[in-house]
Amino acid sequence: MTRSGAVAELRYFGLTLRQWIILGAIVGLVLLLVMPFLLRNYRVFQINLAMVYAIAILGLNMLTGYNGQISLGHGAFYAIGGYTAAILMHRYGVPYWATLPVAGFVCLVAGFLFGLPALRLQGHYLALATFALALATPQILKYKHFEEFTGGVQGIVLDKPEPPFEFSFLGQALSQDRWLYFFTLLVAAIMFLLAWNILRGRIGRAMIAIRDQPIAAAAMGVNLAMVKSLTFGVSAMYTGVAGALGAIVVAFVAPDSFNIFLSITILVGAVVGGLASIPAAIFGAIFIQYVPNIADQISKSAPWAVYGVFLIGLMYLMPTGVMGLLRLVGARLRKYAE
Amino acid sequence: MEAFLHQVFSGLATGGIYASMALALVMIYQSTHHINFSQGEMATFCTFIAWALIETGFPYWVAFFATVAIGLVGGMAIQRILLRPVENAPILTNVIVFIGLLVIFNSTAGWIFDHTIKAFPSPFPRGTFFDTQYFSSHEIGSIMVTLLVLVALYVFFRFTPLGLAMRAAAQNPVSSRLVGIRVSWMLALGWGLAAAIGAIAGMMVAPIVYLDPNMMAGILLYGFAGALLGGIDNPWGAVFGGFVVGVLENVLGAYVIGTELKLTVALVLIVGVLTLKPTGLFGKVVVTRV
Amino acid sequence: MNRNLLIAIVAAIVVAVAGYFVLAPKPEAPAPVAAKKYDPGASDKEILIGQTMPYSGPASAYGTIGKASAAYFAKINDEGGINGRKIKFVSLDDGYSPPKTVEQIRKLVEQDEVLFVFNTLGTPPNSAIHNYMNQKKVPQLFVATGATKWGDPKNFPWTMGWQPNYQTEGRIYAKYILKEKPNAKIAVLYQNDDYGKDYLKGFKDGLGEAGQKLIVSEVSYEVTDPTVDSQVVTMKGSGADTFFNITTPKFAAQAIKKAAEIGWKPTHFLNNVSASVASVLRPAGLENSKDIITAAYLKDPTDKQWENDQGYKDWLAWMKKYYPEGDLANSFNVYGYAVTQTLVQVLKQCGDDLTRENVMRQAANLKDIELPMLLPGIKVSTSPTDFYPIESVRLQRFDGKEWVLFGDVIGS
Repeated sequence: MTRSGAVAELRYFGLTLRQWIILGAIVGLVLLLVMPFLLRNYRVFQINLAMVYAIAILGLNMLTGYNGQISLGHGAFYAIGGYTAAILMHRYGVPYWATLPVAGFVCLVAGFLFGLPALRLQGHYLALATFALALATPQILKYKHFEEFTGGVQGIVLDKPEPPFEFSFLGQALSQDRWLYFFTLLVAAIMFLLAWNILRGRIGRAMIAIRDQPIAAAAMGVNLAMVKSLTFGVSAMYTGVAGALGAIVVAFVAPDSFNIFLSITILVGAVVGGLASIPAAIFGAIFIQYVPNIADQISKSAPWAVYGVFLIGLMYLMPTGVMGLLRLVGARLRKYAE
Repeated sequence: MEAFLHQVFSGLATGGIYASMALALVMIYQSTHHINFSQGEMATFCTFIAWALIETGFPYWVAFFATVAIGLVGGMAIQRILLRPVENAPILTNVIVFIGLLVIFNSTAGWIFDHTIKAFPSPFPRGTFFDTQYFSSHEIGSIMVTLLVLVALYVFFRFTPLGLAMRAAAQNPVSSRLVGIRVSWMLALGWGLAAAIGAIAGMMVAPIVYLDPNMMAGILLYGFAGALLGGIDNPWGAVFGGFVVGVLENVLGAYVIGTELKLTVALVLIVGVLTLKPTGLFGKVVVTRV
Repeated sequence: MNRNLLIAIVAAIVVAVAGYFVLAPKPEAPAPVAAKKYDPGASDKEILIGQTMPYSGPASAYGTIGKASAAYFAKINDEGGINGRKIKFVSLDDGYSPPKTVEQIRKLVEQDEVLFVFNTLGTPPNSAIHNYMNQKKVPQLFVATGATKWGDPKNFPWTMGWQPNYQTEGRIYAKYILKEKPNAKIAVLYQNDDYGKDYLKGFKDGLGEAGQKLIVSEVSYEVTDPTVDSQVVTMKGSGADTFFNITTPKFAAQAIKKAAEIGWKPTHFLNNVSASVASVLRPAGLENSKDIITAAYLKDPTDKQWENDQGYKDWLAWMKKYYPEGDLANSFNVYGYAVTQTLVQVLKQCGDDLTRENVMRQAANLKDIELPMLLPGIKVSTSPTDFYPIESVRLQRFDGKEWVLFGDVIGS
C-alpha cells in the first residue's frame, strides 16, 4: 500500500480524506454556480475579468513554466485574440461564441509561426524578441492601412451579448454579466481541462524534458524544434482565447488596452501564481485583478510604488509563487500526518 | 545628401544615448548574469537627484560626482538589501523583483519631482567644441563621455585586481569563493557600478530629451536592443550596437518606411539578425555542456 | 459510493440554503421613491461624485488633474458645500487601461452609487464606458479629452466634453494659415495616437481639398520614442517654411530646441497642449521659442502677465492652501481648477433637484459663464443641442518673455 493510500485510510470527523475532497469539490461547484446570484453585477464582471486573465496566465505558464521559454510579449497574442473577436463581431456579425475558436486558431498559427524563428533564441534573446513583439503591437494596430478593420486609435466598441433565455434565481435576474460569467466559466473549465490533458500526456512530458535537459531530450528522440514551436502556438492560442473573451466581457478594444504593461502583467501573474502548475493561474489572476485596486486605495500619489512593494514583498515570502508555498505547506502537512 | 548626413549624424547622437544605456546593461549582466529592467528608472531617479542638487546651488561637477557616488552606493544597497533574499530563487522571481523596482522608482519620482519636464544643464554648453549644425557640443561631449567610461571599464576589468575578482566571481562563483573572493560583495559592486554608469548616462541624456519620470523608459528598450545586437557579454559590442540602432532607426524612419512603423521595423531587423547570430554580432558563442 | 452521493446532496442543499439566507443581497439599485428629488448618490447632506484618473501607468502625468479637483472640492466643502450639501469625491486609478476603467466606473455606479462621473480622463478609457454610461443613464460629465465625439446629444445624451476639441483648434490654425500665408509650405509633426490624429484631421479639414496640397511633410512619433530629432531633420529637409507642432510638452520642447539648433526657422504653430511657458518654452530656450503661435483658452500660470490678475492670485492662494504639494508650473492644475469650477456652477444651478436628469439638464444650460482662469473673452456655454462647453480660443504669440494675445476670440 502506498503512502498516500495510508493517509486516505485515516478518518477525520468520521469521513476519509477522499470523502472530504469530494465533499469540498461539490461545495465548491455549487458555490461557483450560485455565486453570481449572490453578488452585484460589477463584482461578477470583476470575476469574469479574473477568469479571463487566468486563461491567459495558464497559456503563458505552459510556455514559461513547463517549457522554460520566457515571453514578455503575450500581450500581443491577447491583442490578436481580442481584435479577431471584435472585428468578426463588429464587421461580419459573427455571434460572440463563434469568435472564440477562430481567435484561438488565429493565435495558434501566429504563435507557431513566431515560435519557429524564436526557437533559435534563448533566454534573454528570446525575451527581447517577444518584448519587441509586445512593443510593436499597439503601433501595428494603429497603422493607417489597417484602420478600416481595427478602427485605428479609436478602437472598436462592441455590444454585450444578451443572455439567451430569461432566468432568475434568488430574486436576481440572469443579467448580461451573469450570463457571461457562466459562459466564461465554461470556457475556462474547458481550457483548464485541456491543459491538464496536454501537460500530463506525451507532449507535456516532452515539454518538461526540453526545459530541464534539452540535449538529453533530443537524444531521446524528442523533436525539439517541433515541440517548442508547438508549445509556443498552444500557449498563444490560450492567451488569444483569453483576449477574445476579454474583448467580449469588456465590450471594447483599443490599441491602448494592449500596451507593454499588459504583457508584463501577464508575466507577473504567472510568476506570482507559481510556475509549472495549472491551478496557479487562478492565484496569479486574482493577484493582477485585485492588488492594483488595493494599491489605489492606499495611495493616490504613488499607487505604483505600493504595488511594487507588494510585488517584492510577495516574492520574498513566496519565491516560487503562491502555488510553491501551498506545495511546501502540503508537504509539511503530509509529513506531519505521518 | 545633406539631409541624409543630417539623419545619420542625428542618429549617431541618439545612438550615443542608447550606447551608454547598453553599456550599463552589459555591466550588470557581466557581474550578475541578470538583465535589470529597472536600470532605466534607477538612472532617471539618480538624474533627479543631480537636478535637485543643482537646483539647491551646487556647481555642476560637484553634483555630477556626488550623484555618481550616490548611484554607486545606492546600487550596492539595493543589491545587499533587496536582492539578497531572492539570490537563490529562480530567475523569473528576480525578474519580478526588477519589475517591482521599476514601478517603485517610476512612481516615486513622479510623486516627489512631479511630471512636468525639467531642463537639465549640460556640462558642454554651446561653443565648447566645434558646434556644427550636425552635432551640438553636448552631443559630441556626451559621446566622448560614453567612450571614456568604456575605456575606464576596460582598464578596470582588465588590469585591476578588483576588476579581475569581479569577473571571476561572475564566471565561476564556486572556484572564486575557494580562492577567497567575496562573491556576494562582488555582485553588489557590480550593481553599484551599473547604477553609477546609469547615472552618468542619465545626466548625459537629460539635456537632450529633458528630465521627467518616464525619461529612460523608451531609451532602456533601445539600449536593450543595442546591447543584445552587439552581444550582451561584450561592452564594445554593446556600444557599437547602440550606435547601429540609433542610425538604423533614423534612416529607416526618414527614407524607407516612414515614421509610423519605424520602431516595429527596427525591432524586426534586430530580431532577424539575432536569429542568424543568436548571441549577437560580437557575443561569445556559448557551448553547452551535457 | 452511495454515501458519497448522500453527502453531495446534503452539501448542495446546505450551501444553497445558507447562501440564500446569509448572503442574499438587496435587489440591485432600487428605483428611489421620488418623494424628494434625489437620485442615487445625492441626499440632504451629500453629493457623491465619481471619477477615474491614470494615477499609475504611462499617463500618470495627468493624475494631478484629479488631485486638483479633489483639492477644489475640499475648498468648496470648507466653505459650506453647495446648497448646504458637502461633496464627496471618489477618484479611482485606472492606469489608462480601458478594461480597468470599465471595472472602476462600474464599481462607482453600481456599488458606490455615485450621482454621476466627472472628468474621467483619456479618449480610450472614455470610449470604453461611453455606451455603458448612456445605457445606465448616468451622466458622464466634462470628460477630460479633446476628441470630437463627446458632443453628440442626439445619440449620447448623457455624455459631455469640456475643453475646446482638438479638431476645432486644428481648424483654427489652418484658417489662419490660409489667410495670412496662402503659399505656405507646411510640415506637420504629430503624436501617433487619437490626440495627434484628431488635431491633424481638424487641420486638414480646415485647409480643405486645395489647402492640403500645402502640406509638404507629415511625420509622426510614438510616445515611447526618446527624441523627435530625426523627425525635425526630415521636416527641415522637406523645405517647409511653416511648422504645425502637435506634440506633448516633452517632445514640443525637443522639437523647438532641435529646430533652432539646426537653423530651421519656420512660422511655428504649437498646439495648446504644450503652450506652457515654464514647462515647455523655458526648457526649450526662450530665445528659440520667440514668435511661436498658439491658441489658448486658459491662463498660463507661469506667464508673468497674469501676476497681478485677481483670478491668478485666487488660484495661487488656493494651490498653496489646498494643494501645496502640487506644482505651480503645471498647467494641468489650472485645468483641474477650471473644470471643477464649471461643475460647481452646474451643481449650484441644480438646486435641490439632484436627479441625474436634472444634472444633465443644467449642464446643458450654462449661459456665458466666465471663469477666473479662462482667458478674457472666453466663456462656457451649452444648450440642449450644444454639448461643447468651451468652443472658442484666442491666438497668442510668444514675444520671448510672455504670450501676447492678438486678434479676436475665435469660435469654430
